[in-house]
Amino acid sequence: MTQKNYKHFQLETDADNIAWLSIDKANANANTLNRELVDELDSILDELETERPRGLVILSAKTGSFIVGADINEFTTIKNTEQARELIRRGQSVINRIEGLRFTTVALIHGHCLGGGLELVLGCDYRIAEDGVKTRLGLPEVRLGIHPGFGGAARLPQLIGAPAAMDLMLSGRAISARAAKRLGIIDFAVPDRQLKDAARSVVQKPPHKKPLPFWKSATNHGLVRPLLAKILRKKVAAKAPKNHYPAPYALIDLWARHGGNKQAMLQGEELSVAKLVLGDTAQNLIRVFFLQEKLKSLTKNPFKAKRVHIIGGGVMGGDIAAWCALRGMQVTVQDRQEATLAKVIQRAAKLYKKKLKKPRLVEEVLDRLTPDKDGLGIAQADVVIEAIFENIEAKQNLYREVEPQMKPGALLATNTSSIPLDVLSDCLSDPARLVGIHFFNPVAMMQLVEIVSAKNTDPEVIAKATAFTRQIDRLPLPVTSTPGFLVNRVLMPYLLEAVVLESEGVSPQVIDKAALDFGMPMGPIALADTVGLDICLAVAETLSQSMNVDVPDRLRNLVENGKLGKKSGQGFYRYPAKKKGKPEIEKPGKGDYFPPDIQDRLMLRMLNEAQACLREGVVSDKDMLDVGIIFGTGFAPFLGGPLHYIESQNTEALLEKMRHMHESHGERFTPDASWTSVA
Amino acid sequence: MSEKKRPGPVKKMIRPVYVVDGARTPFLKARGKPGMFNAANLAMGAGRPLMARQAFEPGDIDEVIMGCVMPGPDEANIARLLALRLGCDKHTPAWTVQRNCASGMQALDCATQSIAYGHANLVLAGGVESMSHAPVLLAEKMVAWLGGWARARTTGAKLQALRQLRPAYFKPIIALLRGLSDPLVGLSMGQTAEILAHRFDISRKKMDAYAVRSHQRLTAAQEAGHMDEIETLYDTRGHFYDADDGVRADSSVEKLGTLKPVFDRPFGKVTAGNSAQVTDGAALLLLASENAVNKWDLPVLGRIVDSEWAGLDPAQMGLGPVHAMTPIMKRHKFTLDDIDYWEINEAFATQVQACLAAWNEPKYCREELHMRGVMGELDESRLNVDGGGVSLGHPVGASGARIVLHLLQVLERNKAQRGMASLCIGGGQGGAMLLERV
Repeated sequence: MTQKNYKHFQLETDADNIAWLSIDKANANANTLNRELVDELDSILDELETERPRGLVILSAKTGSFIVGADINEFTTIKNTEQARELIRRGQSVINRIEGLRFTTVALIHGHCLGGGLELVLGCDYRIAEDGVKTRLGLPEVRLGIHPGFGGAARLPQLIGAPAAMDLMLSGRAISARAAKRLGIIDFAVPDRQLKDAARSVVQKPPHKKPLPFWKSATNHGLVRPLLAKILRKKVAAKAPKNHYPAPYALIDLWARHGGNKQAMLQGEELSVAKLVLGDTAQNLIRVFFLQEKLKSLTKNPFKAKRVHIIGGGVMGGDIAAWCALRGMQVTVQDRQEATLAKVIQRAAKLYKKKLKKPRLVEEVLDRLTPDKDGLGIAQADVVIEAIFENIEAKQNLYREVEPQMKPGALLATNTSSIPLDVLSDCLSDPARLVGIHFFNPVAMMQLVEIVSAKNTDPEVIAKATAFTRQIDRLPLPVTSTPGFLVNRVLMPYLLEAVVLESEGVSPQVIDKAALDFGMPMGPIALADTVGLDICLAVAETLSQSMNVDVPDRLRNLVENGKLGKKSGQGFYRYPAKKKGKPEIEKPGKGDYFPPDIQDRLMLRMLNEAQACLREGVVSDKDMLDVGIIFGTGFAPFLGGPLHYIESQNTEALLEKMRHMHESHGERFTPDASWTSVA
Repeated sequence: MSEKKRPGPVKKMIRPVYVVDGARTPFLKARGKPGMFNAANLAMGAGRPLMARQAFEPGDIDEVIMGCVMPGPDEANIARLLALRLGCDKHTPAWTVQRNCASGMQALDCATQSIAYGHANLVLAGGVESMSHAPVLLAEKMVAWLGGWARARTTGAKLQALRQLRPAYFKPIIALLRGLSDPLVGLSMGQTAEILAHRFDISRKKMDAYAVRSHQRLTAAQEAGHMDEIETLYDTRGHFYDADDGVRADSSVEKLGTLKPVFDRPFGKVTAGNSAQVTDGAALLLLASENAVNKWDLPVLGRIVDSEWAGLDPAQMGLGPVHAMTPIMKRHKFTLDDIDYWEINEAFATQVQACLAAWNEPKYCREELHMRGVMGELDESRLNVDGGGVSLGHPVGASGARIVLHLLQVLERNKAQRGMASLCIGGGQGGAMLLERV
């Protein structure tokens, strides 16, 4: 038995002459592929080729994962296409070498095996993965505006057939070991205790491989590819327009042209990815990725909550409670009405069934979520979150009751979306302890959480709130306690402008389409209907007191007439029961009234408000603002955020537009003071 | 302990045992199909709020003991499931006991012994039954046939096996009905009640009147807010259950008179209306030693002073309570007036009435209970004051724990001192527990 240590690898050859190559990237928690690691792997392959072991098993020395992908930091150092192509060729060639080895190669996978990691194991003869909840396999490259470039696009459709392969690459979703086994990506899914025995057995007695069934291999045939490509393009277009997100289309085109011809595919991958990675979309998405990482590492505070108590079983409170229980905490949820608590449990059960599927896992999480009419959980809670209706007096009365019961050092947080923190904390014996943890609806979908602090809020409390937000796997964004905080404040002028446009006679479909064309994930009118017009009105009215906003009468009228949006069956759109929450939408027609400046009117109000927020210091810097607006409002991620977008445009021209609109549409288009400094 | 002691004739607690808290689910009437909660979820429904209000963590509990007669197929040793799901330490032992209708009381008795003998300081004990989830089984002949079918490999063998299948094999075995029958004497529990009605000459009208009173008492207790040991249950479909739902506030002797006898057809007297309801429910109590009470400053509901188990003719199992209570009365030299409140589980209206009659009949007291005189006439205004099995149901494994918990509530409400809880047990036994407020 021999063992050799390298910088990023350990190579052990056992008594049966099987080589076990552990990837153990130096100074890193997880393995990522970069040039240095790939070069070292290449030289190890030289040695193995001369030593000729009986077989090679590739595994990871990291506890939580196999290879999580390519090193994205390296993407940002790429200057030109030639450099990009060289980097891709390097990765491709080492995987080609593994594929060409003249002894059996086995990849032994546990934890995340993503992107370049999955592409690497596709070069092995056999793949064995741990059948555990942490094992995830996927090719998420499209989420960064590129597509697989280390041979994934060439190999996966051949291995499992085009429909399943393209679905994985186009959606970027990750799948479990069992799903991967079902699809044929891996050969065995075995429990942890059998991983090494399985690898040894496969090397010593390589099992026979079944060929891909005819109907699956036929999907790669030259006559089938153009048809399938057409269907795929149509499916992708429904989710991501080509001018905003070119990568999926490039991938489909590549496969349609060269699928089945490995050499041509590899070369195509190289050219296509090199081009994409330098494009605006990929560069902006990569920037958003890093900003997201920045939010994730905002605090090192060791605060860990075990028990959480939520007061208020409404949609927000109930869903926050359900989410916390799903993330492993013991949760009590308090409400005066048992009927309300019953609905909390119903919604939670639905969420858990969707997320966890297995009845036992659902039961386990439901056991952690306890309806608590009498507030018994307050005394033991590490975090108490108030999520009752927006009324200063009611909240203060509640705090007076709750504060003396709380453990020392426990976090007291409010989910208020509009009341300044210092007004609320006034009644506390320690006003510095109140912090805002502001979630967005629907809690299980919206990653961003605003951490709201007033001037007198204890920095330790803010740090704890931030740590708690990470603990429940949400993205914390520190904001000041100014009306609307960041997200609602930036969103509101845009929504209200949409309402104004609608009352001017523009049809909701036309308005929504203008926003979708810009790159928003949902039109403002549809968004208002989804959030609830009563809630929009309440936020608008709070903001109108402090900002230069008029609340359109149209919004008031709708709410007065009980048209509250999706939840009441009618808002701006109608939601017939038979369509199950989907609006009745007619396609924008030729005769529709279509003001030429509609998109500018919507987006400039949003951009203008973003400028104002930065100037007032609602968030600490430009990056925080961009990432907050992207994750809080869905602002077109491929544009890199509102301020990044302004910078990427001709700022003088944008300002000119603003001035022009100010003249024609009035005060609400007054350019913020900060524009002049930008321009 | 090397020195050998001869067992003394008097039961004596080595360490005092206190009940510090308790909770139960509403008792939900079985409505012909499996209810919304299986037994484990019922136990959790009572256990979670109970644990939420304690000064200690579930991990501080030393032992969990549950009574359950018919756990579901996925509920073997249901006490262990409850312990782990409640968040007790994985090193905490848990076990399930079965003494038919007194399983819940048996669990309390075992917990009492654990604490009394110093094995534990804090024990979670109680009972649970989801009678609506009682299994339906395949006939043995069907099981044998399926075994043969599984071994049949060839088409010929399969055809051969199919030819042996008989329609009768498909007749299911309703485990609940079998469980409520005595296999030795061949009587259903209802028939043993008919025997008692005959023995003590209890009329249909008298038992119906008792049933009506049970419903009236429960209705009054619900209206007065006397059922606060109940914790609301929540299902996953958006409903909640906050009260015993078998109660009929409008019950009357006339209405009950229209029901047909179900056990001795067609001439018997025991009907669904004057028998305990088939019900789902759970009741849990926290028992503590003096150490534990002091350590966490626990409020004491009462003390478990004594208990007794007795056997008798299975055909007269309904008289079990008098056989179990009499030795306790003798041991403490009590007369009926020394007990402030009584809970005798209402398996059947006539069975409770037979117990009272037996204690008041010289012949029975002399021959069966070995007493010199009679025990006397029990004051019914102090018996089952808030209704019982007839009105709120008898989830077999849970009732023993429920009557102890409720009796402690009744004692506290009335600032009374001493109470006796007792049940009859299918198979011919009785169980009783003596409680005192501290």
